[in-house]
Amino acid sequence: MTVKFKIQGRTYTGTQEESLLGAIRRYGYEVPSLCYHEAVSPYGACRLCLVEVQKGKRRKLTTSCNYPVLEGIEVFLDTEKVVRHRKMVFQLLLAVAPAAKKLRELAAEYGVTETPFVPEDEKNECILCGLCNRVCKEVVEADAISFAGRGTSKRMESPYDETAEACIGCGACVHVCPTDCIGMKEENNIRSILRWHRDLPMQICKKCNRPFAPTFQLNEFAKRVNLDRARFDNCPDCR
Amino acid sequence: MTARVQTAADLEAYRKKVQAKGDSQRKTISVCAGTGCCAFGAMKLAAAFEQALSERKLQDQIQLRLTGCHGFCERGPLVVFHPEGLLYQRVKPDDVSEILDETIAKGVIIERLLYQDAQGQTYQKEDEVPFYKNQMRVLLAHNGLIDPTSIDDYIAVGGYRPLARVLNEMKPEEVCTTIKKSGLRGRGGGGFPAGVKWESCRAAPSQDGIRYIICNADEGDPGAFMDRSLMEGNPHSVIEGMIIGAWAIAHPGRPEGYVYIRHEYPLAVERLGIALQQARDMGFLGKNILGSGLGFDITINRGGGAFVCGESTALMTSIEGFVGEPRAKHIHTVESGLYDKPTNLNNVETWANVPLIIERGVEWYTSIGTGDVSDNPWGGSKGTKIFALVGKVNNTGLVEVPMGATLRHIIYDIGGGIPGGKKFKAVQTGGPSGGCLPESLLDLPVDFDKLTEVGSMMGSGGMIVMDESTCMVDLARYFINFLADESCGKCVTCREGLRQLGIIVKRICAGEGREEDIQLLSDLSQTVAEASLCALGNTAPNPLLSTLKYFREEYEEHVKEKKCRAKVCKALITFTVIEENCTGCLLCKKKCPSQAISGEKKKVHSIDQGKCIQCGVCNDVCKFNAIRVE
Repeated sequence: MTVKFKIQGRTYTGTQEESLLGAIRRYGYEVPSLCYHEAVSPYGACRLCLVEVQKGKRRKLTTSCNYPVLEGIEVFLDTEKVVRHRKMVFQLLLAVAPAAKKLRELAAEYGVTETPFVPEDEKNECILCGLCNRVCKEVVEADAISFAGRGTSKRMESPYDETAEACIGCGACVHVCPTDCIGMKEENNIRSILRWHRDLPMQICKKCNRPFAPTFQLNEFAKRVNLDRARFDNCPDCR
Repeated sequence: MTARVQTAADLEAYRKKVQAKGDSQRKTISVCAGTGCCAFGAMKLAAAFEQALSERKLQDQIQLRLTGCHGFCERGPLVVFHPEGLLYQRVKPDDVSEILDETIAKGVIIERLLYQDAQGQTYQKEDEVPFYKNQMRVLLAHNGLIDPTSIDDYIAVGGYRPLARVLNEMKPEEVCTTIKKSGLRGRGGGGFPAGVKWESCRAAPSQDGIRYIICNADEGDPGAFMDRSLMEGNPHSVIEGMIIGAWAIAHPGRPEGYVYIRHEYPLAVERLGIALQQARDMGFLGKNILGSGLGFDITINRGGGAFVCGESTALMTSIEGFVGEPRAKHIHTVESGLYDKPTNLNNVETWANVPLIIERGVEWYTSIGTGDVSDNPWGGSKGTKIFALVGKVNNTGLVEVPMGATLRHIIYDIGGGIPGGKKFKAVQTGGPSGGCLPESLLDLPVDFDKLTEVGSMMGSGGMIVMDESTCMVDLARYFINFLADESCGKCVTCREGLRQLGIIVKRICAGEGREEDIQLLSDLSQTVAEASLCALGNTAPNPLLSTLKYFREEYEEHVKEKKCRAKVCKALITFTVIEENCTGCLLCKKKCPSQAISGEKKKVHSIDQGKCIQCGVCNDVCKFNAIRVE
């Protein structure tokens, strides 16, 4: 259903099904975020995409990624409140993941280069945004990793922090990670997803002799689409 | 098996039968079998009564009844003798023979088992004891009278009559209106008008007609046991409320019920389970309840103990079998809640209020409490509220008062004031994320809006009293750490915000506070409160914000003067010997675990500050008041 709403006083249209953050960006406005990706469901973890929304008489601070585009709402992007709290969120994030280069760059864009808070682990790069888990579950449908623990001991890991047996080594998590903290390498025809302790031998293309995908991944795909495994013996280029 | 009660007339006939069986003049010994009294040994006591009664062949004349929590947990195990209403407290199995031979046989009162207040006055009757006399017990009225495992007991006191009335005489919409007009607001803490929620849930579209009716029994506040005691003491009142809700919210659709209850409440789970089965057997749950066409049943879902699962969306996620993490409520759960169906969630105490409102009417209900709800369901706080009164107060226990009772009334008239001649310092209402209110607010009428105005909240009704020996900074540290542990950890502001608040307060308690820390605490608290995803984060900084507001000088002393006036923060206190008082008895030297005390017999001792670990043992053992704590 198409609805009309306002951003910074100007009227736009959107649909109730989309994320407010997506709509805001579609119209060319900039709002920072780390845990949002259009391919997966919004989660509201990083708290960077804060905006103020006026709905009827009520005005509230909210994250825009998990807010629906509703008829008649007015969105304000850079109010004093938004700027103040977003700065604090950046400062908190800098203490969570002091080693995350992309985070530091984004924070600097918003004028935050230092944090008054004590970092828990100087080497940490993970901000626990959960994007890796969501892409693995919702897009790849492997569901190989998940959050463990809760509160301040929450962490993202493979089951029992041992080898993620369900991981197909597709690298989608590595690709979506906003702070590059998962790590993937290929050596001697083995693909390793470092953080999930997953090492998978690569399938060698029968025609061009090039390693092109983990054997385990191809087995899974063949099973899922119920096709002859032999169809995956060659790389996509040689098929 | 066919239901025993198929119509309202059946129910009344059954009630007459049950009432005729029970003789109100028959002597009854009611032993409180609430969790508190059980911990004090109530079950052994009950066994001793049973044995002694059978030895004396009295079991036919005198009935022994195990009841739910009476509320006066401080003095358990409690025994009340009916019909006289005589109360014995702190009764032990060894007292049983004497009770039967003296009190029961001859009517002789055993003085030592009577309740004695701080002024030394003793009381014989339960309803004369100030703790009970100053309360208004309507929800808890039957807790001490009925056996929670007997549906007959509940029916005998009028139970399920409100349900029969609703099903026979009221349209679902009328019930919603009645609840709205009563001004009943959610007892779980939010204070949202229940009738408004019911109406919204009823109006929300549901293609297959399914609407979930949920009872939130995930009571997790430290020191709070209101809901637990209701479920353990009068489970049918909660069940009856939910069935009435099912009719009002979902009939003629397909209502389905859940009670989400903490696994740490085994007794509540057990008694609720028994009550549910009894209700099914009687025909109050199942198909075509009392011939009305309403079909409804309730499933118990046991929670794994995460505090955050008391948050409605996390609770629903948990029932669905996922990790209990809250989600944003931009689409309300009344429209899309459990399994994306319209869902009406209310707290245990809210549900227990429902049959009362139906039975005694809106006029009666709105006569209790504050404000005016005739046009606006947010216009006041109506009915009573149960509080778990704990901490530094003489009479800890469960307290039910009308909305609008003052803190002073609760703490002093009912609670009997502060023990040990100490001075009142603060009271925290609303559980770990409630605020700490100072002495100047003791005359504040307790209702939803007044508490919010002063920076605290009703919460689910925890009330922790603190005296002058509590350090407010240390207290804030404790609650922030509790909440940091119990945060689900999903959003940065709550997880990392609470972690950092905890680090800063810990630093202040350790004497390493910096000048800018107080401002930083305040600013970060604002962000956590305003930018977090769910109510846990939104309210978590309350203990900090309220202590910063009302006890700011304590923070400043900790930071600037490195002093803790309550002498709690170890890094900020020193133990020295008062030379003129020290007799050189060697006791402190012997007991000091870190060998920090030196001295010879009959000579003044001294404490080596380098070795002292501030454990306070020297001060505890000194008989001559010769240790100075600064």
